[in-house]
Amino acid sequence: MLEISDVGKVFGDPAAAAQAGLVHHALDGVDLTVGQHEIVSLVGTSGCGKSTLLRIASGLDLPTTGRVALDGRAVTGPTPEVGMVFQEPRLMPWLTVRENVRLALLDLPKAEQDARIAEAIEDVGLSKFIDAYPRQLSGGMAQRTAIARALVRQPSFLLLDEPFSALDSFTRQKLQQHLLALWERSRFTMVFVTHDVLEAVSLSDRILVMRGHPGRIHREIRVEIPRPRARTAPEVRALEEEIVAALDLS
Amino acid sequence: MLVETVERRALPGWRGTAAKAAVSSASHLKGLIVPLVLAAVWEIAARAEAIPAYLLPAPSEVLAELSALAEGGELWEHIAVTVWRVAVGFAVGAGAATLLGALTGSSRLLRELLDPTIQALKAVPSLAWVPLFILWFGIFETSKVLLIAIGVFFPIYLNLVTGILGTDRKLVEVARVCGLSRFDLVRRVLIPATLPSYLTGLRAGLALGWMFVIAAELMGASKGLGFLMIDGQMTGRPAVIIGALILFALAGKASDALLEAASKRLLSWQDGFGETQETRNA
Ligand SMILES: Nc1ncnc2c1ncn2[C@@H]1O[C@H](COP(=O)(O)OP(=O)(O)O)[C@@H](O)[C@H]1O
Ligand SMILES: [Mg+2]
Repeated sequence: MLEISDVGKVFGDPAAAAQAGLVHHALDGVDLTVGQHEIVSLVGTSGCGKSTLLRIASGLDLPTTGRVALDGRAVTGPTPEVGMVFQEPRLMPWLTVRENVRLALLDLPKAEQDARIAEAIEDVGLSKFIDAYPRQLSGGMAQRTAIARALVRQPSFLLLDEPFSALDSFTRQKLQQHLLALWERSRFTMVFVTHDVLEAVSLSDRILVMRGHPGRIHREIRVEIPRPRARTAPEVRALEEEIVAALDLS
Repeated sequence: MLVETVERRALPGWRGTAAKAAVSSASHLKGLIVPLVLAAVWEIAARAEAIPAYLLPAPSEVLAELSALAEGGELWEHIAVTVWRVAVGFAVGAGAATLLGALTGSSRLLRELLDPTIQALKAVPSLAWVPLFILWFGIFETSKVLLIAIGVFFPIYLNLVTGILGTDRKLVEVARVCGLSRFDLVRRVLIPATLPSYLTGLRAGLALGWMFVIAAELMGASKGLGFLMIDGQMTGRPAVIIGALILFALAGKASDALLEAASKRLLSWQDGFGETQETRNA
């Protein structure tokens, strides 16, 4: 379980910035609990604090106020329990697919590293490219590698920050299905940031709409539609419209 | 196992390495055309006595002079002494630059303490050290090597620090998420990220090393290619001066080619513009 309680985030040195009137309040009073095996999407307009919230959940950034806990333990920094996928693949260009994935396993014995790498890369369908360098990969393949790197440790939590937003819509849909298939097998708890509402509807158990400056959670929508969800199904379309309406700032 | 991907791209090594080698040696040969034509024009002009031989002797005469020196064994000694000076000066300068650059690049405190001083020293034109070095160490090897080391130091230091500070923060974040140790962060992220800029610095440093060895040898030496040039000037033998000049060019080019080959190997992961050009030409 991921518990975020009353989290606020102010960028910059609060004391100095307050005087100069430069306080940048990115998040305020965010409460969010994500249950085991759940898929939760965060949607919201650009700049409302989605990435900030996800980085705080991952331990990459610390909240200014409030607490974050994973299965009851306070988060103070990145841990192997949490896998993270960014908007960009963020692969080391000097390492092959295999060695990029190995980065998440460096503290394990070599034989175990190799076995896990082979499996994780097969899971994302890249076995043929295991020795390729990032420059030889398409955008979709690079992002698959990033997913393999995040999942190779078999984390209980997977956090994704607009992971497919840079891909064409065909590749994006493929990767969405692929991610769901991996989730059905491993059942990691997933928090998925997106600004593609249809993507949120087709993947999530729950959708949180964020709004404002500082960002707050504005609405929570449960998605009861059984999977697999056809993108054209009327109930999917209806939900999409409802969320788009909730996002609208006017 | 799940969805078979439709994306297909070239796997490493799909392009024949033999073909690649042929392409690159052909492009090297192209580089020889201009010097050969120039040499031919020069030879013809000299034979036609368009230029007085005591100013500009014919290439054939330069070659004859060089081979006479080589036969006596004298030439090899001059080359060896000069190469040795560059090598030691380069090693000292590059070593110091790497150590200091790594320190100031990786620690903010050390950077704030040391970098302003290093930048201020950089502002002193390197040749301005010569009188001081001669006063301290005489005109013997120490002052020569030190002068070369100083010339080599700055481009390497500056490129290394720029490279370290320019490392993509996003990749460092990945290292944090993956729980890399400090050692693995340096070995697997920071060093490779810094390498392109560091190698550029090494090549620039080496070029300056060759420049400064001439300065060092002109300021007084009894051996070395620089000495040979002075000797040629004193004894009125322009063929010797030009011969030494050509040898400097060849030695500089050869040592740079070594570093370039090492760079290409070390940076084969790069997705550069040069590579696409080569593919098109092929
Ligand atoms: N490192 C930072 N320093 C200062 N301000 C930041 C920083 N990161 C994000 N912000 C600000 O916080 C707000 C939320 O940003 P972000 O979480 O990236 O939004 P989103 O991901 O929803 O587009 C934005 O206004 C942004 O400018
Ligand atoms: Mg964002």
